[in-house]
Amino acid sequence: MLGPFLETLIGGLLTGVLYSLVALGFVLIFKASGVFNFAQGAMVLFAALTIARLSGEIDGKEVHLANFVVAAAILGVAVAFIGWYAWREYVARGAGPGERRKLQMLAAAGALVGGIAAYSYGKGAWPIWLAIAATAAIMGLLAYAIERLVLRHLVNQEGIILFMATLGIAYFLDGFGQTLWGSDIYKINLGLPKDPLFLFEGVFPGGLLVDPGELVAAAIAAGLVVVLAIFFQKTRVGRALRAVADDHAAAQSVGIPLNTIWLIVWTVSGLVALAAGLIWGAKLGVQFSISLIALKALPVLILGGFTSVPGAIVGGLIIGAGEKLSEVFLAPILVKQFDLAGGGIENWFAYMLALVFLLFRPQGLFGERIIERV
Amino acid sequence: MLYREAGQFKTTYVADQQIFPILQDRLFVLAVIVAAFLAVPMFASPYIYTEILIPFLILSMAAIGLNILVGYCGQVSLGTGGFMAVGAYAAYNLWLRVPELNNLIVVFLFGGVMAAAVGILFGIPSLRIKGFYLAVATLASQFFLDWLFARVKWLTNYTPSGSVAVGKLEVFGWHVDTPADRYLLILGLVVVATLVAKNLVRGHIGRSWMAIRDMDIAAEIIGFRPLRTKLTAFAVSSFFIGVAGAMWAFLRLGAWEPLAFDINRSFQILFMVIIGGLGSLIGSFLGAAFIVLMPILLNQLPGWFGVRMSTALLSHLEFMVFGAMIVFFLIVEPHGLARLWAVAKEKLRLWPFPH
Repeated sequence: MLGPFLETLIGGLLTGVLYSLVALGFVLIFKASGVFNFAQGAMVLFAALTIARLSGEIDGKEVHLANFVVAAAILGVAVAFIGWYAWREYVARGAGPGERRKLQMLAAAGALVGGIAAYSYGKGAWPIWLAIAATAAIMGLLAYAIERLVLRHLVNQEGIILFMATLGIAYFLDGFGQTLWGSDIYKINLGLPKDPLFLFEGVFPGGLLVDPGELVAAAIAAGLVVVLAIFFQKTRVGRALRAVADDHAAAQSVGIPLNTIWLIVWTVSGLVALAAGLIWGAKLGVQFSISLIALKALPVLILGGFTSVPGAIVGGLIIGAGEKLSEVFLAPILVKQFDLAGGGIENWFAYMLALVFLLFRPQGLFGERIIERV
Repeated sequence: MLYREAGQFKTTYVADQQIFPILQDRLFVLAVIVAAFLAVPMFASPYIYTEILIPFLILSMAAIGLNILVGYCGQVSLGTGGFMAVGAYAAYNLWLRVPELNNLIVVFLFGGVMAAAVGILFGIPSLRIKGFYLAVATLASQFFLDWLFARVKWLTNYTPSGSVAVGKLEVFGWHVDTPADRYLLILGLVVVATLVAKNLVRGHIGRSWMAIRDMDIAAEIIGFRPLRTKLTAFAVSSFFIGVAGAMWAFLRLGAWEPLAFDINRSFQILFMVIIGGLGSLIGSFLGAAFIVLMPILLNQLPGWFGVRMSTALLSHLEFMVFGAMIVFFLIVEPHGLARLWAVAKEKLRLWPFPH
């Protein structure tokens, strides 16, 4: 009895790590800009599609050459920018009036180099690291576009308006990604081991069955969380992000540029979406339903608290484990008792769990205490 | 020139408290209703009925229901589809199991009452949970109800596929078979529902909802009971949504499965409310018209220009344009179409002399 229980528990926890990853993207944006970003799931789908198609073998469904050239050009621009920024930090601090010109030239040169490289490389089947790098650059550009075209025009609107706007972005991204890359089911090949692993064979008869791919995924997610924690706690930009999260107006008054911060935050959560898309895509294949994992991450979010990074992680683990355990152990009882047409309670169990929890702690597990004044 | 309130003096309290205090407004609304009842059936084709008018009216009613909750009481809900499903399946089960009551009005009202009961149940957390936490929590009702109607066999009368169908619909002996009949029945119900909703939101109860919306702690301190106010909002809202769900199932679909009321339906109705304008009944209608018409237009558009596309590409492009339009509208007019309507009326008052 203990063996299967632990097996389910571990499987659930490993899935939970992935939920945490998506929830993390939500939390980052909500903390820094107060936007409840429903497009996170669409961003995951978009990133996963881009990686899959850039790195995919040519499988009859060809991708237009222009897509590769554009992706490479964006990558080139990103590399040029990062290089320029590092150089400026290193040699000359601060941008003079003539810098803008130089910057534009640099960007054009980067785009040209990237485009030529992609063209001469031919189409299809980039190595996975190159695809990931290009996708990261594309997610950065996406963040820029969202900040520039949407958020900037909706400053000071009510939360629900911003939420609806991100719903619109989600629709747009779902359509855009599939227009660009096609809507079949694609594979991402990360080269993860596939054979099941048996742990603790001495302790339990037959050992515990664990999917090593999930273990690797969990390790990647854990690494990402550590990197994010260091980024938030130790770097200058991270400190600025925390300041904005605490109080927009106060942060602005000490000279932190809000628009830049939002750009950074959306980029970071785009990168988190990339990681989530990579792992989910490698596990289950890339298809439209990936976009629905946003809905799986929402109970994690309310359980952990909208503003808490540790909350997103602990909440993800609780939800993941609770979901799997309920499906394996509770669902058969329910089905037998009430003569149901199949289980499938994991769709709502997480929500109910979070809901019941919220009744006792309305701000979530780690959320800031809600103080209301008239 | 034509639209002036000058000279329209009120001499009684009754006259002062009517819904449309300006004569021209009254005439306009009356003309619209008469046109909808008499003129539309003269030229509408079955396609216009089933694809445009019937969805528009039913979804307007759902939007009014959601607007009461979100726009007037300030409780964001993403569970609309679930409550519509409750209305639909409750109505179906009454229609199926009690043939003596085969009168659509009774059936729909039962659907609404059951939805209201479920709405109260899922509204209870709103006393503790607020804002986006509540919005996400209401998703619990959406997913739970979806699951319930997909899995509990009794509710779908043990049909193997889980999809149910209705036939032989009548109201007091009037067989509602043709699209024109259905349209008239729906129109009648929507007009009555709008009247009820209007009187609710401008009366004592509507004011208490708005007080809770604007600041619930302050409202509580000056004596509104949050429990009663929030739960009545949930009940009334779910009642409207439930009736709309029953109408959608019986008069629009005829045969349906739980997928007809999934989370996309919730988002669709929420879009109507936001695009139409929070806290406005006319906005619910405008928003519903917008959301119903836009996909149809987007679908037709490439054909008009002679562009041929695969259906998959077309549907993706539709997604893109839809999303972009939503964002565009929110940026241009975050207060919704109702605000544009109000601005137009204001302009009309001064026209043609702007000062």
